[in-house]
Amino acid sequence: MLTNLFPHVEWDAILDATYETLYMSAVTILATFILGLILGLVLFLTGKGNMWQNRFFNGIIAAVINVFRSIPFIILIILLLPFTNAIVGDIIGADAALPALIIGAAPFYARMVEIGLREVDRGVIEAARSMGAGAGQIIFKVLIPESLPALISGITVTGIAIIGYTAMAGIVGAGGLGNMAYLQGFQRDQTDVTFVATVIILVIVFVIQIIGDTVTRRLDKR
Amino acid sequence: MITLNAVRKVFQTRNGPVQAVDDISLRIEQGEIFGIIGYSGAGKSTLIRMLNMLERPSTGTVSVAGQDLAALSNKALRKARQEISMIFQHFNLLWSRTVAENISFPLEIAGVSKEERKKRVAELITLVGLEGRGDSYPSQLSGGQKQRVGIARALANNPKVLLCDEATSALDPKTTDSILNLLVEINKKLGLTIVLITHEMNVIRKICHRVAVMENGKVVEQGPVLELFKRPKQLITKDFLKQVVEPEETTDMIKQLAKAKPESKIIQLKFIGGHAEEPIITSVIRSFDVSVNILQGNVSQTQNGPYGTLFIQLQGEYSEIERAVAFMHEQQVEVEVMAYAD
Repeated sequence: MLTNLFPHVEWDAILDATYETLYMSAVTILATFILGLILGLVLFLTGKGNMWQNRFFNGIIAAVINVFRSIPFIILIILLLPFTNAIVGDIIGADAALPALIIGAAPFYARMVEIGLREVDRGVIEAARSMGAGAGQIIFKVLIPESLPALISGITVTGIAIIGYTAMAGIVGAGGLGNMAYLQGFQRDQTDVTFVATVIILVIVFVIQIIGDTVTRRLDKR
Repeated sequence: MITLNAVRKVFQTRNGPVQAVDDISLRIEQGEIFGIIGYSGAGKSTLIRMLNMLERPSTGTVSVAGQDLAALSNKALRKARQEISMIFQHFNLLWSRTVAENISFPLEIAGVSKEERKKRVAELITLVGLEGRGDSYPSQLSGGQKQRVGIARALANNPKVLLCDEATSALDPKTTDSILNLLVEINKKLGLTIVLITHEMNVIRKICHRVAVMENGKVVEQGPVLELFKRPKQLITKDFLKQVVEPEETTDMIKQLAKAKPESKIIQLKFIGGHAEEPIITSVIRSFDVSVNILQGNVSQTQNGPYGTLFIQLQGEYSEIERAVAFMHEQQVEVEVMAYAD
């Protein structure tokens, strides 16, 4: 029956493409979480009235984040081609998409991290300082745990944007469902392939959203 | 225990420098409860934050338990802070941690082992009367219970000094009383030195041994609490005392009476410490040809002894009233003739 409904769909290829999309998304989300968290923390801590207040450094980080956040992703991929070639040794395939995906997504998430950290009650940070907590203890025992719901809902939103980016990356040769929808669906005029690829992407997005919402709700004891 | 020497704090703001704390020198003794009272903006928050270097003084020295805090290295200061703990107006608990985990927090910072932490947390929960609430989250507690967690957390590392930053200002009167009683209890039981800032004279009256009054960054008056009640010198001190001894409706009532009988005199008598029992009114009525109308009286307890006030109205011949007042002045009470013009 499936063959009748979707005559052009090769299910083995779909499975491979889904795997590639999941692979690219998972690696990017993980790397974005770590990189964005570090960038966001530095951005927050060097900001006005915080532990490492430093206007110069803060200005530079903010500028870098804003620049990379503002470049349309499809252009960022092209701009980064030489860089990708240098570190991955290839400009085609799932691995080749990773540098652009991470560099595109991490600054976006860094801003969300900063916003989340700003929501942490200053009084609680002051209380930790009054107990003799050092910078590391304040970061790992106060800032991160107290902003965790915001950090998780932020990575959920970013993760969904990343799925969208992987589809775009597919158009310039990254593989995955986006690539399949474009090459086999659009260019060969096989609408059923595009349709199946879209449905799978939607399912992935919904699953990420549900997981993110559930975890956020469980963590929030306020 | 705590010595402040010519401490100043200047904040640079867009509208020029602001003197938050202006040349304050204080000595706070081991084991006493020392209150600092002032209106908001008087500089008391900045002052108390200099006792643990959350704010660094612009000039002057702060020494706690013999250590000059400003001279300590970062590491030594963090160590010193474990002995100077603090509780806050808005409790400042971590919402992501349970009651037990919140109390355990300063112990983790101090590097106490897990078993030790567990034991100490159980002791502290009992000390502040929160048995059975160890696994609750702060959002499930009332304000008074949250402050109890704050106190337990502050006591975790056996501090020498407890700083209270408007610790009862967010609580209702009944809860305030229970928290104040708890503070007195731990002061006695643990011999802890307590420094508190507040804008409520009642807090000072109930638990402090000595008090400093702050206005515009300066300490304008200080002394034992009872002494201040007896002989307030500054206008602002008298203002604060009114919160306790002279509620607004009393003032209104006295104004009314003074207007109705302009020939009479309204007098406030203050009985301090042991003299609260002397039968002064009886003597006045027996010895002078005046009638005494008792308007209002109260007796309240301070940490240095009882303190009473009595408002009376004297009626009779002008000269007799004058003689009666002169007689009262000779007794062991403070006499103030109330003037309510208008």
